[in-house]
Amino acid sequence: MTERPVALPPSRPRGPDAGALGWLRANLFNSWGNTLLTVLILWGLAVILPPLVRWGFLDSVMSGDAAACRAADGACWAFIHEKLLFILFGTYPHDQLWRPGLVVLVFIVLLTVSCDRRLWRHWLAPLWLVGLGGMGVLMAGGVLGLPAVEDSLWGGLPLTLGLATVGLVVAFPISILLALGRRSTLPLVRGLSVAWIELIRGVPLISLLFMASVMLPLFLPTGVTIDKLLRAQVAFILFASAYLAEVIRGGLQAIPKGQGEAADALGLGYWQKMVAIILPQALSLVIPPLVNTFIGLFKDTSLVLVIGLFDLLRTAKSSLSDPFWHGFYREAYVFIGIIYFSFCFFFARYSRWLEANIKHSQKPL
Amino acid sequence: MVGSQHQAQPEASMIDQDAPIIRIEALHKWYGECHVLRGIDLDVGRGERIVICGPSGSGKSTLIRCLNRLEEHQQGRIVVDGTELTNNIRHIDAVRREIGMVFQHFNLFPHLTVLENCVLAPIRVRRQPLAEAQATARTLLERVRIADFADRYPSQLSGGQQQRVAIARALAMKPKVMLFDEPTSALDPEMVNEVLEVMIGLARDGMTMLVVTHEMGFAKSVADRVLFMDQGEIIERAAPTDFFTHPQSERTKLFLSQILNHTIGP
Ligand SMILES: Nc1ncnc2c1ncn2[C@@H]1O[C@H](COP(=O)(O)OP(=O)(O)OP(=O)(O)O)[C@@H](O)[C@H]1O
Ligand SMILES: [Mg+2]
Repeated sequence: MTERPVALPPSRPRGPDAGALGWLRANLFNSWGNTLLTVLILWGLAVILPPLVRWGFLDSVMSGDAAACRAADGACWAFIHEKLLFILFGTYPHDQLWRPGLVVLVFIVLLTVSCDRRLWRHWLAPLWLVGLGGMGVLMAGGVLGLPAVEDSLWGGLPLTLGLATVGLVVAFPISILLALGRRSTLPLVRGLSVAWIELIRGVPLISLLFMASVMLPLFLPTGVTIDKLLRAQVAFILFASAYLAEVIRGGLQAIPKGQGEAADALGLGYWQKMVAIILPQALSLVIPPLVNTFIGLFKDTSLVLVIGLFDLLRTAKSSLSDPFWHGFYREAYVFIGIIYFSFCFFFARYSRWLEANIKHSQKPL
Repeated sequence: MVGSQHQAQPEASMIDQDAPIIRIEALHKWYGECHVLRGIDLDVGRGERIVICGPSGSGKSTLIRCLNRLEEHQQGRIVVDGTELTNNIRHIDAVRREIGMVFQHFNLFPHLTVLENCVLAPIRVRRQPLAEAQATARTLLERVRIADFADRYPSQLSGGQQQRVAIARALAMKPKVMLFDEPTSALDPEMVNEVLEVMIGLARDGMTMLVVTHEMGFAKSVADRVLFMDQGEIIERAAPTDFFTHPQSERTKLFLSQILNHTIGP
């Protein structure tokens, strides 16, 4: 080793003169293996991208009728343009479409506003309860001079968002109770929680939905009926609660025993201990798997189409049955794919930001 | 320092004055098959400072954890300030309000600041108003010389500082008795003294203390009595001077020789 300054090796460039070439060499071609991988990936992109761009953009038809679309080689976005309102809002009465539109807007605003942690302490729960209630009234109508719209006519994005949000908002507290119950020292509470979680986790959502639509009426007195949407919602809540409970239990298990003992020794009661000490720590530990489960459940709402509800997937499918616009499957599925993706991607980014934010401030939920 | 300073406490009634604040009678505890406490009898007077020592696994932690029901006993009686510990939740809560505990690993709440750690229980359990609880907490943090760190999180403090916060947190509930379970054994050597000093100060102020520790210097300077435990029994109980100069049982002698050699050795 000599004392004189040694020139930096080219593989670790620094400063403004490193340039694009340096970056490429350091990140893409820094070993034989990586060079091979880079070349393979570039080749793959070269095969896939050009036809995709040609189909989606260059050769696509943005507006026009079905005939224009059939004449072209590319995607028929004119189809989406034509069917947009039906895909987004289903069979909701045409002259009332501003209502589901407003619902989606309010929903997105609520979602954005909820990202601010300063609101969490006091405002979040009432905000959502009022918001969801308001959206329900807006959809159903029958008051304030709004014409009533039966919920069998609801469909599309509001239905999907509603099912998912109401489902998660209701299932989340239930799942906390289930997770606590499963770790309870009371045998009856523990037994019931385990039974609930395992029974529901052991059954596919699709069969829960079928069961809810055929079995729930058995438990009701004759003459009383619950509508299809509510039954699906109940099934979805049951399903979500079991999965979320297991995620939360994982967080509870990761909290050192000393935390609970310190709370006990200070004289805190069981619920005080859980609410002030254990749950805040446990929940912030499981944000990534929790968000993962949220995203999974959000997409699982698309299964309600099997019992005849018009969620986003079903409206997209139905829009294809128009004899004038027959056969534009790809466009329809790409379109709703983009919608699902946008929501899920938002969730995922937000959860990463939240995690970093909590780690930074060291103050969990 | 040694000697009885059992000053009358003005708020206690006359009848209670001489009654022990903690009475343990024929206490037995099993973990499954394992018989961990085998007939413990102990009276703790008001203002008394007791140091408990003994080899690892002898049941020291188990004994003091029984006093605030972190562990359940199977036989015998524990009465704290007139309340017997049974399965009755109200009794357990009443006893826990009067007994503060300091743990080997501090067990501070990592998601709360130092100040929040100290006001949580007074607000939620004692129903103190926030301002009052904060004022008390700040005074206590002052007393353990950590007031400057009130708004930090526990992870930003050293071990010795964390343990001092833990002491302040327990004191904030204004307990009548303080339990310490090896409060300095998880600390780096240079931090042991800052914690011991706080405990000595507490002892001088007349707090009733049960301290599990192997810090024999602490025992000599503040304890009224030293108990030696082995295999779930109290083998020896004596004033510190007698305990260290004339241990009665062979097991105590052996233990002391190990401890003292270790302390004096390089
Ligand atoms: N939760 C438990 N389950 C089963 N056995 C236990 C449990 N806790 C402690 N024990 C046993 O009880 C006995 C007494 O343990 P205790 O922790 O009271 O000892 P100790 O004197 O505090 O020892 P140390 O100095 O190592 O802290 C030991 O033999 C230990 O193995
Ligand atoms: Mg111990």
